Amino acid sequence: MKLAACINHVPDTAAKINIAADGKTIDKSGVTYVISPYDEIAVEECLRLKEKNGGDVTVISLGGDAHKETLRKALAMGADKAVLLRDDSVRDSSGVARALADYLKELSPDIVFFGKQSVDYDDGAVGVMVAEMLGLPSVSVVVKLDIADGKATAEREIEGGREVLETSLPAVFTTQKGLNEPRYPSLKGIMGAKSKPIEERPTSPVTAKIELLLMQKPPAKPAGRIIGTDVSAVPELVRLLHEEAKVI
Amino acid sequence: MSRFQGVDYFCIDELLSEDELLVRKTVRDYVDQKVLPIIEKHYEEGTFPLHLVPQMAELGLFGSTLPAKYGCAEMNNVAYGIVMQELERGDSGIRSFASVQSALVMYPIFTFGSQKQKDHWLPKLAAGLAVGCFGLTEPDYGSNPGGLITRAEKRSGGYLLNGAKMWITNGSIADVAVVWAKLDGEIRGFLIEKGTKGFSAPEMKGKHSLRASVTSELVFQDCLIPEENILPESGGLKSPLKCLSQARYGIAWGAVGSSMACYDVALQYAKSRIQFDKPIASFQLTQEKLVQMVTEITKAQLLCLQLGRLKDQGKEKFAQISLAKRNNVHEALGIARTAREILGANGILNEYPVMRHAANLESVKTYEGTHEMHTLIVGEDITGIAAFA
Repeated sequence: MKLAACINHVPDTAAKINIAADGKTIDKSGVTYVISPYDEIAVEECLRLKEKNGGDVTVISLGGDAHKETLRKALAMGADKAVLLRDDSVRDSSGVARALADYLKELSPDIVFFGKQSVDYDDGAVGVMVAEMLGLPSVSVVVKLDIADGKATAEREIEGGREVLETSLPAVFTTQKGLNEPRYPSLKGIMGAKSKPIEERPTSPVTAKIELLLMQKPPAKPAGRIIGTDVSAVPELVRLLHEEAKVI
Repeated sequence: MSRFQGVDYFCIDELLSEDELLVRKTVRDYVDQKVLPIIEKHYEEGTFPLHLVPQMAELGLFGSTLPAKYGCAEMNNVAYGIVMQELERGDSGIRSFASVQSALVMYPIFTFGSQKQKDHWLPKLAAGLAVGCFGLTEPDYGSNPGGLITRAEKRSGGYLLNGAKMWITNGSIADVAVVWAKLDGEIRGFLIEKGTKGFSAPEMKGKHSLRASVTSELVFQDCLIPEENILPESGGLKSPLKCLSQARYGIAWGAVGSSMACYDVALQYAKSRIQFDKPIASFQLTQEKLVQMVTEITKAQLLCLQLGRLKDQGKEKFAQISLAKRNNVHEALGIARTAREILGANGILNEYPVMRHAANLESVKTYEGTHEMHTLIVGEDITGIAAFA
């Protein structure tokens, strides 16, 4: 079984993000980067399917040299091969999807996994766009997956419940927390990853369909106010909640 | 408290390889997710979290510098140090377990053992299927291990051991003990298996430090072991001292881990704790404390890294290891105490890790060569004059 996971290199979710002077990018100084957490679930699902059914796992990332760090981590977790689709430009989601789809068409895996969203821009669009471009069925936000007899049964989260779907293969899935618990790359895995290749591929430029105009941080939270410490403050609290905060 | 992001005031990460950074990420995440959520409970109850052993083995944290043919990761000494640092950011007791298993059990078996001993024990110890301990210190011989009185006598088909060891990490949970005893007046290493007649390992109770670690006595009363259980290449005090050098190297790194944990919590606390209408981090006295902490952490990081690079080239001197262990543990203890001061009364609660680290570091300062002995080791090295013995 040929398995692929598309993974992104993103700021650590615990990192403090500041917007750069151009107002359109983030200030990368002092920010550590990690594999996007949902993409880690995508890699883990590939590894589990490989362990169960055999096959090989290719991990793919679109970006510059820094993305090799994330590819190396996926190799250390147990992926067999990594591909860096080299691109130093800033792309919108459809541009990212185009480059990934072009490569995946050639690779033609049985299953392609994406994290349900990349935790940098949070578009949640690339996985399903790629499926569309490849003309493959896709199921997003998958929390359970069974593969048998050339078919996949996937469970996905919907508001207030779950939906169970069946699809033929090849197919694209985007992964949600709960599907699995990603393994840590072991020290042996890290050593083993050194001898695994990272193939670099050029990408064709695309015309952006969407232009980013401005990034803004949420307004700073005002400081808390203490309006009293005993029951006598209740009427004033009620008044403020009603008239000022407008929550009651 | 937000998740630990590392302390790297001098861009020291730039001196680490991609593999070394990845090792750190693995162990750091592991400690965040599996160690920190359970450690306070174990510390309070005085129990070692034994369930972590197979997990740490799976990650390859035991004997990580030893050859792959024994199931080990075969990484360099810097990566090994990073593992120790990250484990001790969790707790000195967890780091102690890994230190003992790696530096004091697997290392001597690898270095002084027969091929048969290596083939038998190393894969099991690497996989966490067996736990080891190291018995050198005795009730009356601590800083002066050369005087030890545990004795081995040659008997037909084996050796008869008599004596007692004390302050032995992992003793009561160990499947195999690397024990140092005098055979015809010469210190030799022996492997004693759990359950051998005449061997017992009662746990020492009542510790106010390293509570999430097992500390034991080892007692040998006419304990007869097979002839093949001697470590054939061991001989003289320098054999156990070589093991201690390995362990001390790991401790120098480990102390950086506790320091980082305490500094991180103190910095976050100082920025959020309001007194006199402003964060206490805005007061000069607090800033001076924080600056001192980050300064000492930076110095300790650079000491460790250069020591590790020297060790990878086989150029380190044992006195350099002494200097690093001595300095880094001393400073770590100071940092833990200062962090406690910054946290005020909150500093004594187990909601924060600082009191636990401070209490642990009191042991770390004394074990694997006391602070004082390391002073004299460096003193002898630079003057050529031994101030002891």
